[in-house]
Parts: sequence; C-alpha cells; structure tokens
Amino acid sequence: MSVRLEGSRVRRVAVVGGGVAGLMATLELAQLGVPVDVFSVVPVRRSHSVVAQGGVSGARSGASTDVEVKSLFEGTIRGGEDLAHRPHVLGMARAAAGIVDLFDRMGVPFHRTSEGHVDRRRLGGHLEPRAAFAGATTGQHLLYALDEQARRFEVEPLRDARGPRAAGETLVRKLERWDFIALVRDDAGVCVGLIAQDLVSMAVRAFPYDAVILATGGPGGLCGKSAYSTTSSGAAAAAVVRQGAVYANGEFIQSHPTALRAPDKWRVVSDALRGEGARLWVPTAKADARAPHEIPEKERDYFFERASAAYGNLPPADAAARAIFRLCVHEGRGVFDATTQENEHAVYLDLTNLSERHVRTRLGGVEGLEKVAGFDPFASPLKVFPAVSYSMGGLWVDYESDASGGVAETSPRNQATNIPGLYAAGEVEYQFHGASRLGGNALLACAYAGQLAARAVGAYRDAMERSALDLPKSIFDKAQKSGEDAYRELVDRKAEGGENPYVLHDELAEVMQRDCTIERDDAKLDALLGTLAEIGERAQKASSPDSATRLNAGGPLLRRLADMVVLARVITKSARQRAESRGAHFKPASPRRDDAAWLKSTLARWKDGEPEIVSGFEYACAGKTVKATSAVDTGSLAPRATGESDG
Amino acid sequence: MAEPKIVRLVVVRQDAPEKAESRRKEAFEIPREPGMTVHGALERIRKRPVTVDDKTVSPPVWESSCLEGACGACTMLVNGRVAQACTTRVSDVSPKGQPIVLEPLRKFPLERDLVVDRSRMFQSLVHVKAWVALDGTQDRGAGPTESPEAQATRYSLSRCTTCGACLEACPEYRESAAFVGAAAINQARLFNLHPSGAHQATERTEALMGEGGVADCGKAQNCVEVCPQDIPLVDSIGEMSRATTKRLFFGWLLK
Repeated sequence: MSVRLEGSRVRRVAVVGGGVAGLMATLELAQLGVPVDVFSVVPVRRSHSVVAQGGVSGARSGASTDVEVKSLFEGTIRGGEDLAHRPHVLGMARAAAGIVDLFDRMGVPFHRTSEGHVDRRRLGGHLEPRAAFAGATTGQHLLYALDEQARRFEVEPLRDARGPRAAGETLVRKLERWDFIALVRDDAGVCVGLIAQDLVSMAVRAFPYDAVILATGGPGGLCGKSAYSTTSSGAAAAAVVRQGAVYANGEFIQSHPTALRAPDKWRVVSDALRGEGARLWVPTAKADARAPHEIPEKERDYFFERASAAYGNLPPADAAARAIFRLCVHEGRGVFDATTQENEHAVYLDLTNLSERHVRTRLGGVEGLEKVAGFDPFASPLKVFPAVSYSMGGLWVDYESDASGGVAETSPRNQATNIPGLYAAGEVEYQFHGASRLGGNALLACAYAGQLAARAVGAYRDAMERSALDLPKSIFDKAQKSGEDAYRELVDRKAEGGENPYVLHDELAEVMQRDCTIERDDAKLDALLGTLAEIGERAQKASSPDSATRLNAGGPLLRRLADMVVLARVITKSARQRAESRGAHFKPASPRRDDAAWLKSTLARWKDGEPEIVSGFEYACAGKTVKATSAVDTGSLAPRATGESDG
Repeated sequence: MAEPKIVRLVVVRQDAPEKAESRRKEAFEIPREPGMTVHGALERIRKRPVTVDDKTVSPPVWESSCLEGACGACTMLVNGRVAQACTTRVSDVSPKGQPIVLEPLRKFPLERDLVVDRSRMFQSLVHVKAWVALDGTQDRGAGPTESPEAQATRYSLSRCTTCGACLEACPEYRESAAFVGAAAINQARLFNLHPSGAHQATERTEALMGEGGVADCGKAQNCVEVCPQDIPLVDSIGEMSRATTKRLFFGWLLK
C-alpha cells in the first residue's frame, strides 16, 4: 500500500519497529484514535518476534487471580535477581491474563486443554507452568495476530466525528523497508519527528511526528552469530543514544542455553522441549566416543537434574548457560568427537525418550529443527550450546507508580525515555527483566510495554501545546538535508583502501562474542574497549562494495556499523563497571552478588564520542522535571539476600 | 569422488526492472564449509564480491531476516526450484559440486537481483479479510473455548509465512492474472474456522467467488509440494471450493 507523504495535515505518531511491542502499541494507539505511521526494515510480518517459540506468560490456571499475579510477580522479580523495578513488574503481572485473553480473541491458535481452555506449559526459570503456547511457534502467532489487526486499520479510512476527514488517509500506515536514521528535535531538544531512508529507492526523508515510539528490538548485530535476525542490529537504539538517550543495564545480555549451531545462525531450541520432558546430558566419561544411544543411563550425567530437583532441566536461562559453558569450556566435558578426538563445545539435548506423536502436537515447528540439524531429533539427540539471544538492558525508560504498588496506567511518563517525545517499548528498553529474563516473559513484556507506551503517548499528545505539524518546515528540511548529505558521504567513499563493511562487522561480532558475553574479565574488557574504539575509526573509512542507487545494501550497513560500535562501547563499559555477578552478568573474579554495592541500575550515556556511566540525570516529561537515579524500587518486595549468583 | 571443496554460484542479476539490458549471469566461487546454506554462500560472496573472471562487482542483493525458515523473507529459485535460501543446504543442491543457479522469483515484479516485490500477497490478505473483527482491545475476558482437535487444524493452517513459494510454483498464478493463489485461499479457510472469525465467513467466501477466486485453481497441486511449512493447501482449496459452491447454489435462499 503506497503512502502519500506530501502535504498530509494529519497529526501522527511514529512507531519504529513492527514486532510484538511495536504492533501492540500501534493497535492501542488506533484504539485511542491516534493516527500512526509504522516504520520497519522488513514487512512487519517478518519481524524478529516471529522466532519466539516457547510461550507467553499469563495463561490462567484456575487459581485465584491474586494468587496468579503474586506468583508471576515474585517469580519474575526473583528470576531477575532483584534488579527490576517492582511497580513495572507488578503492572505486567496484573495485565498478563488480560493480554493472553486479547491474543486468544484475536485468533491465536493457543493449545487447548480437553475442556477447551487455553493450556499452560512450564518454561525456563519458572517453578510452575504459566505460559500459554501455540506449538513451539508462539511468537509467530502473536505477531501475526497483531499484524492482522493492524491491517484492518490500514484499510479503514481516517474519520472524525464529522465523517471522513482526510482523503486517502488511514488510521494506520506502514512504511515497510524503511530504515530509521535519527530523531528530529526542536531547539529545546524535544523529539518532533524522525528521518528515515527508503531502502528500495534510497530516498532520505524527514517526517514530523508528535511522538516516536522505538520498538526496534535487541542488539543482535553486535554479537554476529547469535539467535537474532539480521534485522536486529541495535542501530536505532544506538542512534538515539548518540542523540542523548540514556542506556540502562546494557551489560545484561542473555544467552539462551540450548541453541543449535548452524553455520549462519545459532538457532534457539525452545525451553518448551525441556518443558515437554527433553533432558540435557553429557557422557559421564570424558572421552566417551560411543554414539549417544549406545551409552546406558547410568553412564550419563544429567547435570541439571543432579543440581536441582525443583528446576530440573529448566533452571533460569543465565545460570543454565553458564553451567553449560563451564562444563564444556572449563571442564572439557562436552560431547566427544571421535574424528577430532576432542570434546566439543556442545551437550546433548535428548528428545529420543519422548513420544514423537505427543511432542509433535505440542511442539509444532519442531520439524524446523530437522532442517537446521540435518537429522531427525527423535532418533538422535541434538547437540546444543548457549547462544546470545536477548538483551535485558536497553534504553532507559521511566514509569509512574500508583498507590497500589503498580503502574499508573495513563501516565505520560510510562515508557518515556529521557528525550521528551521519545518513548520505547519491548526488548529495546530495560524494564521488567532485571538481570535475567524468564521464559515466556519476553512476549508478555513486549505486549504490555506496547500498551503502556501507547497510552502514555496518548496522554503526552493530549497535553501538547502545539503539534509537530505546526513547527516551521525549515526544521524538517534541515534534518532531511543533513540525512541526505550523510548518506551521500557514505556511498561516495572511495573504494580503494576502504575496508569491506561486512568483513569489519564480522570482526566486531567476534570480539564482542569472545569477550563480552557469558564470562567477563576486567582486563579483557579494558582491551575490548580499546579494540572497539579502533574498529569505530576503521568503520568511518570503510566503503560500500555496492554503488547502486537502488536497493543499495552497503550504504545503510555503513551507517548501522558506526551505530553498532557506539552501542558495543556502551555495553562493554557497563560490563566493565559492574564489579559483581548477577543474572546474565558474570565475572569469575567477582562471582558473588553484592546487593550492598550493586543493587542499582547501570546508567550509561554517550558524551563527546565516549561512553560514560552516570548515577542520575534529569529529564522533562509533559512539563514536569523528573529526577532519575540508579536506585531500584524494591518497595513491595525486598531483595532476597543470596550468595553466589548461580543459585 | 572426493568431497567438493568449492561452491560455484551463478546468480542471475539485473540492476532495476526497467534496465532489462543489465540482465546478466555472474559466477562466483567460494570455499565450501560444512552445513553451508545458500544464504551463507551469498554472505560469503559479499565479503569478497569477485567473479570467477576476476571482476570486482557489487555484491548480489537478496532479502533475509530470521535465518531459520520462520519469516519467509529469503524465497528464491535455486536450480529452478522455489526454496528458502536460509534452509537450503549447499550439500543438498550441489552434492557433487555442480554449480548452483540462483534466480529471483518469476511471479512477482523484479526490483533488483534476487529481490522482488511481494506486496501483492499482503494485499490479498485484505481481499479475504484475513483477521478476526475484534471489537476493540478493552478487556472482555477470554475468547470462545475451542476443542484440541479444532486447534490442531487451525494451527496447521496458521503457519503461513507469506513466503510466496506456493504462488511461484502455481501455473495459474501470474502477474497478469487475477487468481489470488493458495496462500490467500488458505487464510480465508483459517479465519472461517475461528469461532469469532466465522462471523465473516460469508464475506470471505464471497471474496473467493468473484474474479481471481478459487474457481481459477487448476488443481496442479504444486502448492502443497513446495510449501516450507507443510500447510495442507490443497485441503484448504478444496474446503473453500465447497464453500463457494454451496454459497452459489444456496446463497440466494438466505437473501
């Protein structure tokens, strides 16, 4: 559907990113009657949310609502190692059942009990089943349901009380295959729009918006081979960090414990398989060269079952990832490869004891594993190892709590970044998950944050004195010209002496993967900061191997590469700063959780070309000045003192 | 014969739809790696885009996102057959080292190299009203209950990633023809099966009775063979065909 860009007098807001968070925000904005433009680098139906598998927390169990809310709230807070602000998590726990209901009504094919209600399964880090699920492709169905609803609003003409208001305008418009470049801000630093690039024609345009919601997902591009889609570059978050947005808890990057290593991608094998009874093990004997089915039970080490009866094969993801990493990398007890005579970095994920028929019905999508693995997982165990898959940290966003201990649901402060007019929702921001995310909570948090952001933007917009449309056109013309000039500079760089950006990107990913993921060491992080600064300088001189004026992939990559380096430096600095271990952040040199010194958020900014850690800042929201600090609101649930982070 | 160590890819390229004269084949050779996919091979090429004739060229462009067969982005022709680049193994399509020919889909307007414009597929979703007409996002409690059997049927139909494979393989689907194709027909059936979606079953059925509707299906059954999500497309076409026939004969009784 082509979008009429010139001369529109409709006041709109922008949602950047069309995954679960972005489309839920879009839907909620449409519900409020607020016209929306959705930007996405791919058709929204192909967003990264599509690969989320296991389930979405919030399915009702039949227990009282209070019991369910309390259970999900406490489980999430403890799973996050007490680092999450309680009001936000309580708000999410209260909204969970309603969100599952909403998806149910939209037509998501949730698995059913024999009576016909939405069924539940247990996912990583939970002690009881809480997640509604659709096969092992839950994210796909939630995304499609939202995509379908958004499409309805794309064909509904925009009308007000007097009838059709604006010819050719609809409540929701999608600009797919457009790449966000930067915000447009007025002289007071308020976000009044954005500049973006059409990835087909390569045209750069400035757009006025009353507010912008960033829902662009996680920084997968930084770690290269990971569980992320190619679209999850983190570039949009980095771009706004460059423009002054605070980034929080960047050091908390989650590795999913069980991923299949294929050459181009490490594909997550959902917790759901373990929820259905799959077991993790390695041969007890280090150099056991036998095929897995030849190894009898008593010669297998079911290491997670041995460690905890309560969690069994589903401990919290980060502890699980670390345990597998330690077992393979430090203890050298991974699966033995008879041809190389070495222990691989891999453990067995064994489905062979499960009833294939039962599993296939509850785990639709598992045939995809066969395509990636190249063999039947019911005949032979899969070999898995942790892969970077989620960022708990992200753009700092605010919230306003209410007397009940939850979130004041219509406050313009909810999901607001420190740049007035810029909001963020979903994996791109840092709320809900603290130091470690539970299975099923990503989809839930994305949906809830999308709803909150939309309502907040509605309130923010109502309180606005003037619309972005009323600003002088020169602001947008200037921003557009600067975007066009910047792009011109990228593609005009001379080819000789210019490094290939795809190769440089690989280098960035390799050093981040090696030194800034599962285990961290201060000396290596210091060295990494230097390496990243150097890669940043080389990125300024890299040149695009593509000179085309249409569907040029190299030019946008150069821009994203520079942005990715900024975010990598912010994240590495955050990791260097935190001198304890908690959740996904682990330093063997300081293996214990230290609440006295570190029960606080890490706040990072980009200043004069360098990342810096700050302890607080002020920002303006809807006419009020808000003081933000690194303190964690633990009011309604005191932190539980623990020793080693590994629990 | 020893394991081939090289992959030879021949990419059919064109710079823009209006530049037919720029249509050409370019061949690249890269080292073969275990488990390499077509996507992986293309990634390798763009790191050093030099043809077998030692010519440095702009790297071929193609679409990708999830890299695990779940998003439908990377559909293309591999040795003449429609496939997802990210799940197609080089060892499967070139077991003895034969060149692998990559072409853009032929049923969609070309944009550049291996990228085509598939927006028509999304427009077809509008045509068949592929959504549940929700009252709004206010809390109205759970949706209707559903039996496990009904859920299993709906689930099997709900996996469509809008990849375009079925339309590429279908002899009736053409840029110049109105036929809406298997994917959209399947979506109509999917939403007609949902308890609330069924409220608009008549509208969807009627949408498939006009020009380009289900009657245009020639029963080649290529669609179900190439669907990467194993959706029972032929069943769906059969169901909607019955629904339209019923509506045709008995619809007047309800007016």
